[in-house]
Amino acid sequence: MDLRLLETEPSEAERGAIDAVLGAEGVVSDRVARADRTKRHLLLPSLRAAQQRVGYVSEGALGYASRRLLVPPADAYGVASFYALLSLEERPADITHVCTDLSCALKGAHVGPGEHPSPCLGLCERAPASYRTIAGPEPREIQLPVEAPPLPQAGEPSLRLLRRIGAGVDPGSLDAYVAAGGFEALTRARELGAEAVIAEVKESRLLGRGGAAFPTGVKWDAVSKQTATPHYVVCNADESEPGTFKDRVLMEGDPFALVEAIALAGFATGALKGFIYVRAEYPLAHARITNAIEQSRPQLEGFEIELRIGAGAYVCGEETALFQSIEGYRGEPRNKPPFPVEVGLFGKPTAVNNVETLFNVLEVLREGGAAYARTGTEGSTGTRLFCVSGCVERPGLYELPFGATLRELLDLAGSAPPKAVLLGGAAGAFVGPDLFDVKLTHEDTRAAGITLGSGVVIVYDEQADLVAALLRIAAFFRDESCGQCVPCRVGTVRQEEALKRLAAGTPHTDELATLAELAQVMRDASICGLGQTAASAVESAIKNLGVFAA
Amino acid sequence: MTVLIAAPKKMIELSVDGQSVRVMDGATILDACRLLGIDTPTLCYGDTLTPVNVCRVCVVELEGARTLVPSCSRKAEAGMVVHTDSERVRTSRRLVLELLGSSVDLSLAPEALAYIERYDAQPGRFGPDAATVAQDVKIDNDLYVRDYSRCILCYKCVSACGEDHQNTFAISVAGRGFGAHISTELDVTLPDSACVYCGNCIAVCPTGALMSKSEYDRRLAGTWDEGAEEVVTTICPYCGVGCNLELHVQDGDIVNVTSPDDHDVTRGNLCIKGRFGFQFVQNRK
Repeated sequence: MDLRLLETEPSEAERGAIDAVLGAEGVVSDRVARADRTKRHLLLPSLRAAQQRVGYVSEGALGYASRRLLVPPADAYGVASFYALLSLEERPADITHVCTDLSCALKGAHVGPGEHPSPCLGLCERAPASYRTIAGPEPREIQLPVEAPPLPQAGEPSLRLLRRIGAGVDPGSLDAYVAAGGFEALTRARELGAEAVIAEVKESRLLGRGGAAFPTGVKWDAVSKQTATPHYVVCNADESEPGTFKDRVLMEGDPFALVEAIALAGFATGALKGFIYVRAEYPLAHARITNAIEQSRPQLEGFEIELRIGAGAYVCGEETALFQSIEGYRGEPRNKPPFPVEVGLFGKPTAVNNVETLFNVLEVLREGGAAYARTGTEGSTGTRLFCVSGCVERPGLYELPFGATLRELLDLAGSAPPKAVLLGGAAGAFVGPDLFDVKLTHEDTRAAGITLGSGVVIVYDEQADLVAALLRIAAFFRDESCGQCVPCRVGTVRQEEALKRLAAGTPHTDELATLAELAQVMRDASICGLGQTAASAVESAIKNLGVFAA
Repeated sequence: MTVLIAAPKKMIELSVDGQSVRVMDGATILDACRLLGIDTPTLCYGDTLTPVNVCRVCVVELEGARTLVPSCSRKAEAGMVVHTDSERVRTSRRLVLELLGSSVDLSLAPEALAYIERYDAQPGRFGPDAATVAQDVKIDNDLYVRDYSRCILCYKCVSACGEDHQNTFAISVAGRGFGAHISTELDVTLPDSACVYCGNCIAVCPTGALMSKSEYDRRLAGTWDEGAEEVVTTICPYCGVGCNLELHVQDGDIVNVTSPDDHDVTRGNLCIKGRFGFQFVQNRK
């Protein structure tokens, strides 16, 4: 490949920041050092580093990163322009991103002059929230408000996944984690052997907590049996579904548990390396996970864990888009099949698990699969985390055994009888009072035509503006569509246009019929889950709540 | 001496629209459709390109699948039962064409226009204020123009410029969502980019978004007359590779040069000389 490269040189500061990711340039010449040729996966970390240093990705930084990594400049530009948090224009070093998404809108979010509106920042229990990035020699990132309210159920003996959080266990200390029972599950797994671990996980009937509810044991089994090598495990911590903050609370409050769990997943599936992909807007989680990985090295027995940080793209929570992002490409989902268990990260067999799922695996090993399965219901075993926000007295993260009803959860969070609840996030569904007695299990919600999704429960009281919520959801999907396939790229735009006309009382034709058809085709013909669910909340509000009913 | 031979390929039997069909292992559902003579619409698919399955007009219904599947890239499997003309399929194809027709200028996209007619798509249904990708034509060199108001983002030009054909990587998809677009790095002009003017992107463009300057100028001047066009086949006179050329001649002048996709030397590709270096033929002084 004979590349034409950008000629603009980076500043010394930018060069230093990128070299800190890539190492110093090996050969001083216009030829690319051979060793750098397989490092494309470091493109996003390089661009992030340059922006953290000077506040944006300059032409010089883009050119230097593409030269170092032998990525064509047009290609690197395609990647840089994909991520909402990367700026290719010069801008101030200090940027505040103000969440204008569902939960924060209910709490009076306001974008001041010079501030940037943002999709959900995953700080819904302390809404209204924002995220500030300050570039410089010592870059800083701050989640606001800084103070997190305590867990509503902190210290309750019924807690399992949340039992160490807010219970006096220092999230920065390996010793504290070990004293609280840490690394017992990994030790137990090593005693049992990989096959027996997978058998336990299968027996637990644990279903994935990211939204798709796939059986974890089946996934691990499939990866472990693949003959292609190496195998990878990836923790999907790109939690960006509006209203979701459970994985952040877990990572910030109990980071060693995630390190232990991904090592356990690696042991079971025959992987020697794991990646934890965390969204950019969670700097505290980045710091705590980095520390936990460092401190845990002796426990990991050679298993490598790498933290990867996103740059503002909801679609990268889609597992194959996440692989693309780690590999240094635009976060465009791949077509499935082939599925990640066969062809995943770097084209190799890969087990992708959500943070909450991995935390559950520790419980499975701690108690044994059969004992674990005694909590919850036949079709939904164990406990589930619910991210409650919006019009409630005690917003926050709740842990309940599967089988509790939505009404019980609302009572726990101190909600006056609400008008509606958004269950499962922007990709989920609105439910009205007639469904408040539904049991929060996979089987019961499925029977009711709704979904638990990522455990989002956003509460709308009588005064809340549901039409505004629908417009925000439509804008969210329009912004977050990767743009690859036509149904989602154009369909999300047409959906928003129709909703705006309905909201303004100036419908063009039978807008409801158009919306219904858009919903059907986005669900049927989009490449990935983003497009396939981009109309579900809107559709459910029209169907379940009669929004826009004549 | 070790002789490496590929394992013999299995034949796979599946059902498409009630007809049984046997294809080689590795073939796609689209291959099976074509074998049966089922005319399946495609826009982003090219015979010489890796399928990217982004346009979604080739979707078909596969029994047992939750969603429709793209026939261009979904591998055929034994026992599959496929429907290509069900109500579900027709609805998706029609709406996808309406979404494209309402946002992109398809007036020079004969295939897309034919599909719109076939599926009775009504691109006007979203009203006069529907957002479009309308923008100015990019004219920054003497050989070809880029009119991205005609671009359906099929990725073919990117594949042809990059890994599938030319390995020049002058263009990429940039931006995101409805703002996603084809671009050089930082949107620099083609002369400032890595472009080598092979024109292989023009050869694969299905909508006229990429067009030779000679064609563009004639269209602008009103002297473009496709009906009167003759195609003369010859061999490129420049080097020893021996690329087959198709000279598109209007009123005695060469207006475009292409090479057939099924030519095993070019697979539809040419270099700057073959595609654009024909002026000497017309130098009648």
